[in-house]
Amino acid sequence: MESFERILSEHAFFHDLPAVHLGTLVGCVSNVKFGAGEFLFREGDAADQFYLIRHGRVAVEAFAPGRGSITIETIDEGEVVGWSWLFPPYTAHFDARALGLVRAFALDGACLRAKCEKDAELGFDLTRRFARVVMQRLDATRLQLLDLYGDHGNG
Amino acid sequence: MATMATAESRPAVAADPMRPALFVVRKTSRETADTFTLSLAPAVPEGIHRFAPGQFNMLYAFGVGEAPVSISGDPAKPEMLVHTIRAVGSVTRGLRKLGKGDTVGVRGPFGTAWPVEQAHGHDVVIVAGGIGLAPLRPALYHVLLHRGQYGRVVFLYGARTPADMLFARQLREWRSRFDLEVEVTVDRATAEWQGTVGVVTKLIGRSPFDPGSAMAFVCGPEVMIRFTVAALQRRGMTDPSIFVSMERNMKCAVGFCGHCQFGPAFVCKDGPVFRYDRTLPFFGLREV
Amino acid sequence: MPRRPPFVVDRSGLEALLHALQSRGYRTLGPTLRDGAIVYDEIRSTADLPAGWTDEQDGGHYRLKEREDGALFGYAVGPQSWKRFLHVPLQTLWRARRAGQGFEILDEPAPESPAQAFVGVRACELAAIAAQDRVFLGGEHKDPHYRARREAAFIVAVNCGTAGGTCFCTSMKTGPQAVEGFDLALTEVLSETDHVFLVEVGSERGAEVAAELEGREPTDAEARAAEDALRAAEASMGRVLETEGLKDVLYRNYEAPHWDEVAERCLACANCTMVCPTCFCATVEDVTDLAGLEASRVRRWDSCFTLDFSYVHGGSVRTSRGARYRQWITHKLATWHDQFGSSGCVGCGRCITWCPVGIDLTAEARAVREADARKREARGDGKL
Repeated sequence: MESFERILSEHAFFHDLPAVHLGTLVGCVSNVKFGAGEFLFREGDAADQFYLIRHGRVAVEAFAPGRGSITIETIDEGEVVGWSWLFPPYTAHFDARALGLVRAFALDGACLRAKCEKDAELGFDLTRRFARVVMQRLDATRLQLLDLYGDHGNG
Repeated sequence: MATMATAESRPAVAADPMRPALFVVRKTSRETADTFTLSLAPAVPEGIHRFAPGQFNMLYAFGVGEAPVSISGDPAKPEMLVHTIRAVGSVTRGLRKLGKGDTVGVRGPFGTAWPVEQAHGHDVVIVAGGIGLAPLRPALYHVLLHRGQYGRVVFLYGARTPADMLFARQLREWRSRFDLEVEVTVDRATAEWQGTVGVVTKLIGRSPFDPGSAMAFVCGPEVMIRFTVAALQRRGMTDPSIFVSMERNMKCAVGFCGHCQFGPAFVCKDGPVFRYDRTLPFFGLREV
Repeated sequence: MPRRPPFVVDRSGLEALLHALQSRGYRTLGPTLRDGAIVYDEIRSTADLPAGWTDEQDGGHYRLKEREDGALFGYAVGPQSWKRFLHVPLQTLWRARRAGQGFEILDEPAPESPAQAFVGVRACELAAIAAQDRVFLGGEHKDPHYRARREAAFIVAVNCGTAGGTCFCTSMKTGPQAVEGFDLALTEVLSETDHVFLVEVGSERGAEVAAELEGREPTDAEARAAEDALRAAEASMGRVLETEGLKDVLYRNYEAPHWDEVAERCLACANCTMVCPTCFCATVEDVTDLAGLEASRVRRWDSCFTLDFSYVHGGSVRTSRGARYRQWITHKLATWHDQFGSSGCVGCGRCITWCPVGIDLTAEARAVREADARKREARGDGKL
């Protein structure tokens, strides 16, 4: 295995990915870096890429007039940012901003979609990985939604 | 459990558990918009109340009433009884109005304590949500004072927003220690916050403790406790190694008034700290 | 010192008993007739007792009826119990007064209250007093107000000759015979010719008072009649509660649909908790004077049926009536065992009689048990 593939396979998101799939998608992967405060993407941008964070922290934000940027969640190393590349219209729903230096693998969405169309097994494996991430994020979001520490008194 | 050394009653009078001792407010501080800390000293020098971490007092505000309040101070320094209180009702708002020199009635300490002795030789995982940090801080003080007795010590804290975090100065101190893992998270934040945003349960997955030999102390809103326990179980912790602190309506704190019942347990004397498996099956039941 | 064996007195002997108690400073309390019910109040002489009356009790039903004889104790229990004299409905705990920047707690001696003598305590009520003793005196903390009244109380029990319409003391093994917990116990023996009382001594204190009473040995007929009365009471219970395994049945049926069904009927009026002789829940409140200079800390009866009984910041834990009924019955028949080592129910039937819609605790327990048995059978009785 090429050393780049090996490094890619060590990222938590690709844990246990069969080597043959790794070989297929490695062509869609590049190494990227963001400086502190730089945006990985902004709401409405074409969601061409998603990112496997190798180092650093990314804030997922929404901008509300009058309130400014609100951080909804932070993503750290070992995790993935961006899933809008999976479905049309392939545009980002939130801002993603680097808090400090961020190193990541960038995966090209269009490239991956094409490979998944041809290789159903790869497609199923990737979709399942994303489904798990979405489930975990949804659980977490629901808990945040409960505003557990907020003042819910009525007296 | 701590024994109470107090001179609140005259020797001739039989001990009356409903009669408070008088304490004086020495210091007040505002923690967040709705939470404040009262530091109390006994009105008479012999009136020092020793307490164990996790216990609570009933604080009496003249003309208003009593409320159960977690003792949030250092158990090794009981000369100053520190309480961190969220102002959510008439009594707690009455307590918030108090200033230096005012009198407060104190009954206690009551209840069961975090098993800090039982945890010797184990990793300790402390998970606090919101005001739940108040009854956990004494445990953290104790563990840090006897640091050599414990394995890895992890402290996870979730708050609503950065402005709602308690004990900011202390959090900074704790983060600077090399023998303590501190992770804090908030449910949401503005862009200035560079820390983690997300639920506190998310921190458990990658927290550096050995689930096979850890004990966890968890306190916060009941929903948060449920999800935290689930996350600890996913890490491989067993139910008897998880301890939770419960809250129920209290009027007497000595098992006479019946209000604080949680299944067969009286939270005031069988709790508030419970070993998690002993709360089952009641913990998951609605309206119990 | 061997106890005086049971002896017989007639009505004048009973009168002498009351006077003996009064001369020792006791305030004598006993059943009286008022507002269409038998209520416990001060009695000066046997003339104050409801002679010739009995009660007709059923779910949500209480009527007084005239008897054909002049029995002094020919009825079961009324709406109140002796708890209102021991665990009083309203109790000032202490008072405080503003002083300088703060306040001080007034050092007041407990007000003198006369020792009380309870005359006519049924076996179920003895069991109820014992149950409350365990609550207020059996734990780490003791209630000094309860203790003072309890230690000073002189108890004259009365054995029941018939059971009431909602009684089930035999199910709870608390009666009908008064076995312990009394200073003296009476059994009324009434025949065509005779109206006497068999007196049993139950304590040193009782023996001391009994020494003042002239009595004679009971005749065989009288002894038999006393026995027969108890058998008659045993045989005429108005209700039955199957207690075998009941605690476990309730523990595993917190989520039974039955509680929603009870919720449809229960008004959460709290009558049952007020009349129940073992219910002890109370709240503690501040009562201030108009100027705000003095505050009293007052304990008063409360009920788990009220919505804010279980209030914590954010709302009440038990908002639905079904959950509140479930709390009450599960406490009474299940968790009480784990808390105090006995059932919380003594089988007096008051909760059934005084429920405005006639909810019957024995029927509710039966319904849950039967539904549980059906569920277990459907599951093959293996997994729960």
